[in-house]
Amino acid sequence: MGNESEGRPVILSRGARTALAAVMALGLAFVYVPLLVVLISSFNTDRTFGWPPSGFTVDWWQRAWHNEGAREALLTSVKAGLGATAIALVLGSMAAFAVARYQFFGREVVSILVVLPIALPGIVTGIALSNAITTSLEPLGVEFGLFTVIVGHATFCVVLVFNNVLARLRRTGGSLEEASMDLGAGVFTTFRHVTFPAVRSALVAGALLAFALSFDEIIVTTFTAGASVQTLPLWIFSNLARPNQAPIVNVVAAVLILLSVVPVWLSQRISSDTAGGRL
Amino acid sequence: MTRTKLLAITAAALIALTACGDDGGDDASADGGDAGTSTDQGFTPPDLKALDKLGEPEGEVNIVAWAGYVEDGSTDPAVDWVTPFEEETGCQVNVKTAPTSDDMVNLMKTGQYDVVSASGDASLRLIASGDVEPVNTDLVPNYADVFEALKMKPWNSVDGVAYGIPHGRGANLLMYNTEVVSPAPDSWSAVFDDASANSGKVTAYDSPIYIADAAVYLMATQPDLGIENPYALDDEQFQAAVDLLKEQNAHIGEYWSDYTKEIQAFKNGDSVVGTTWQIIVNLAQADKAKVDAVLPKEGATGWSDTWMVATKSEHKTCAYKWMDHIISPTANAQVAEWFGEAPSNSKSCAETADAKHCETFHADDEAYFDQVWYWTTPISQCLDGRTDVQCKDYGDWTTAWQEIKG
Amino acid sequence: MSQRDTRQPSPARRLSGVLHRHPVLRLTLLLAAPMLVLVVIYLGALAVLLVSAFWTTDDFTGEIVHEATFDNFRSIVTTEVYRTVTLRSIGVAAVVTLICAVVAFPMALFMAKVASPRSRRVLVVLLLTPLWASYLVKAYAWRAMLAGEGVVNWALAPFGLAGPGFGLTATVIVLTYLWLPFMVLPVYAGLERLPDTMLEASSDLGAKAGRTIRSVVVPLAFPAVVAGAIFTFSLSLGDYIAVQIVGGKSQLIGNLIQGNAGAANNLPLAAALAAVPILIMVVFLLGVRRTGALDNL
Repeated sequence: MGNESEGRPVILSRGARTALAAVMALGLAFVYVPLLVVLISSFNTDRTFGWPPSGFTVDWWQRAWHNEGAREALLTSVKAGLGATAIALVLGSMAAFAVARYQFFGREVVSILVVLPIALPGIVTGIALSNAITTSLEPLGVEFGLFTVIVGHATFCVVLVFNNVLARLRRTGGSLEEASMDLGAGVFTTFRHVTFPAVRSALVAGALLAFALSFDEIIVTTFTAGASVQTLPLWIFSNLARPNQAPIVNVVAAVLILLSVVPVWLSQRISSDTAGGRL
Repeated sequence: MTRTKLLAITAAALIALTACGDDGGDDASADGGDAGTSTDQGFTPPDLKALDKLGEPEGEVNIVAWAGYVEDGSTDPAVDWVTPFEEETGCQVNVKTAPTSDDMVNLMKTGQYDVVSASGDASLRLIASGDVEPVNTDLVPNYADVFEALKMKPWNSVDGVAYGIPHGRGANLLMYNTEVVSPAPDSWSAVFDDASANSGKVTAYDSPIYIADAAVYLMATQPDLGIENPYALDDEQFQAAVDLLKEQNAHIGEYWSDYTKEIQAFKNGDSVVGTTWQIIVNLAQADKAKVDAVLPKEGATGWSDTWMVATKSEHKTCAYKWMDHIISPTANAQVAEWFGEAPSNSKSCAETADAKHCETFHADDEAYFDQVWYWTTPISQCLDGRTDVQCKDYGDWTTAWQEIKG
Repeated sequence: MSQRDTRQPSPARRLSGVLHRHPVLRLTLLLAAPMLVLVVIYLGALAVLLVSAFWTTDDFTGEIVHEATFDNFRSIVTTEVYRTVTLRSIGVAAVVTLICAVVAFPMALFMAKVASPRSRRVLVVLLLTPLWASYLVKAYAWRAMLAGEGVVNWALAPFGLAGPGFGLTATVIVLTYLWLPFMVLPVYAGLERLPDTMLEASSDLGAKAGRTIRSVVVPLAFPAVVAGAIFTFSLSLGDYIAVQIVGGKSQLIGNLIQGNAGAANNLPLAAALAAVPILIMVVFLLGVRRTGALDNL
């Protein structure tokens, strides 16, 4: 029915499709123009991001390359991101399994609870955690540092893994697992051979989103980091305020964007759930 | 209702934990007026002792400072008085710049910093809450050369006990775009009564302490209000200042606390007139912005900053060494020139690159600084000595500031 | 011929058996860790914060006075500036959500129903990559673009127009820009699940594309839109950084909370102010439960 270009039936008129394509193009342009400005500014001799650019220089790129603060901050962010993602993976999948495979009183509450850290404004989470650490945990010896940052990030990263795994579990249903058990496999064997392969790509998608969110998070991090820890967003925040450092920040951002294409593309290849993961 | 009960019980448990574990050492009583040990400043500082003697340098020092006070060459490779200090003492400097005094007080409360460059509107609050301790000036050799006029002042000492080492002082200036605002202004009316001439491009400092600037203006333009001290405002005087600022708000484009944003705004033409610090003027002019600054005829607010040591600091030797270094003649001269303020060390005047720096900034001119109202924390006990009325305290100023911004 | 296995079952096998026979135990083990973190740490921290809303601070020393009082809540309700700022923040969040929904929907529809499978993947990558560019850098880029001598004014000058400069309009633009991917992705996921047969049937029944979209696609995709709205609304409601960068002199409720929690050192008042967006979001979440949006996240 209809011309089958690339195997898809035509379901909307040509006019509608052109209109949608136009909006898509405009949307992408909207998204990428500021990023182009960032890239161009990183070559701008003017320190204060004036426009049109007053001159061309690779000076900022050279200085960024040698900037130790940026490298350390990057490393800290990666560590925090990995930690938060790991915790989110474990907690998120456990909660997703519980909600998907069992009927119990309060199932809906679990869903809402998991969403809450990301649904409430970051500043509320931030000051709540900061206050809790200062009043309840410091007497117990827990100090502000990488650990508190990771815990803070984990609270809102859990939902990203939870949603992806839950959606996948709902789609695959429990019958395969039952069949496996019927054939004599124990709980752990079933998980290893049947369940895990089915949810693996959902885990990857969730992990990637969780890492991205943790990597760029600033509000909760400001309140949970303390003086000694500087993640990349915190480094950016403190450097955008310093005249000679601000252009270096542009360089760092440009590099991040270019580098990030790789993991995002990879996750798309792995994921059979073609949506970019569930938020 | 089981889940709700469970949540409630858990929450209650945590609350009980908090309520019990919280009080610790926050016993600084702020009740002024009690007989006996209370001070003119209206409070009794907690009983803390200064450091007896220096030990071995601890290897690092965490500093809270105004932007421009602790430069290590990253803003401008030629501007660096941190590296020599680090090489000499082995104390690695970690600096956190704070945009306002309120931020500084807050950062010091976390207990994670060792030294702070406190202005007068932060110093007494820090002393009262016990976040800083008295300073043993014998351990700071360069203190002997500090101008006498800065020693043992109401903002850096209590009852004859020194709480800090003077850093330097200066005034808040009026900056203007030389092409747009002409003739050159000489009065704060450019940002108050005449602000409509540049509506949408006026800027002001984003802190409740700015209310004092309005009060300074009213001292000259509405003398019947009887304002003697811009930090001692009773209900009527305070309301007049707040009304003036609400009128100004209509013409404000942006409030600033981050000095880079102010430089950018003046350079881009988004702001053309407003309060500033000398360092901002210098940096903007270096970036080819057409700006200049002036101390208006009504006088101005300003600051006299003090280096203070945190009570909970674990790096007190490095802290003392830093304080000694920053007021040493060379370093003090460098920072005073970079920031654009009067140094505290009398010997710095011979070391400034610009031989007339001390003269330009009135380093030894007490008559000049009588016109400058250093940032001070307003308290309910009127700072001008009046006892028949209650003045507005800083909490009132903060609430009013949020209302002014709308 | 196989020997009958007479070994004792291994410990793992025995544990597996126990777990298999006791589903409640399995459930408890699964839920224990997540609930521990979420309930005890997160909800507990929230509860502690909200309790401190009933206290006050000493104005001079900044220490907290542990005497229960409704002062903070009373001042929030009675002081005009808090009401104004709250309404303004809800307004900004609502407008941002609306614009995001309107812009994201056609984009998601294109990606889900019009683009070829290969280009779909490319498009998703293109949309996800900017999430990795720092939030702050993007906001400052917009600040540079909207400044007096920035790109926007430069581009509009030939037409005799001027950009919005800094202010609430700029804040809305920047927030929309920042959260657009968070709206596109759930809507795209939702539209993907929409069977093509529905659209075919609709056009078989004589509907043109516009009618199909309006009457068939939109209602079915609505839960997904609401799911995206949860993100854009809450992210905009509590934001205080973007407004400081491009908002000129405007303040939103996030700024009041941050100002009181930080500079003004009045945590109880900040906590009381924080109760406002918490309340708004809880109401929002309970409201959207019925639309099924929570399944669409």
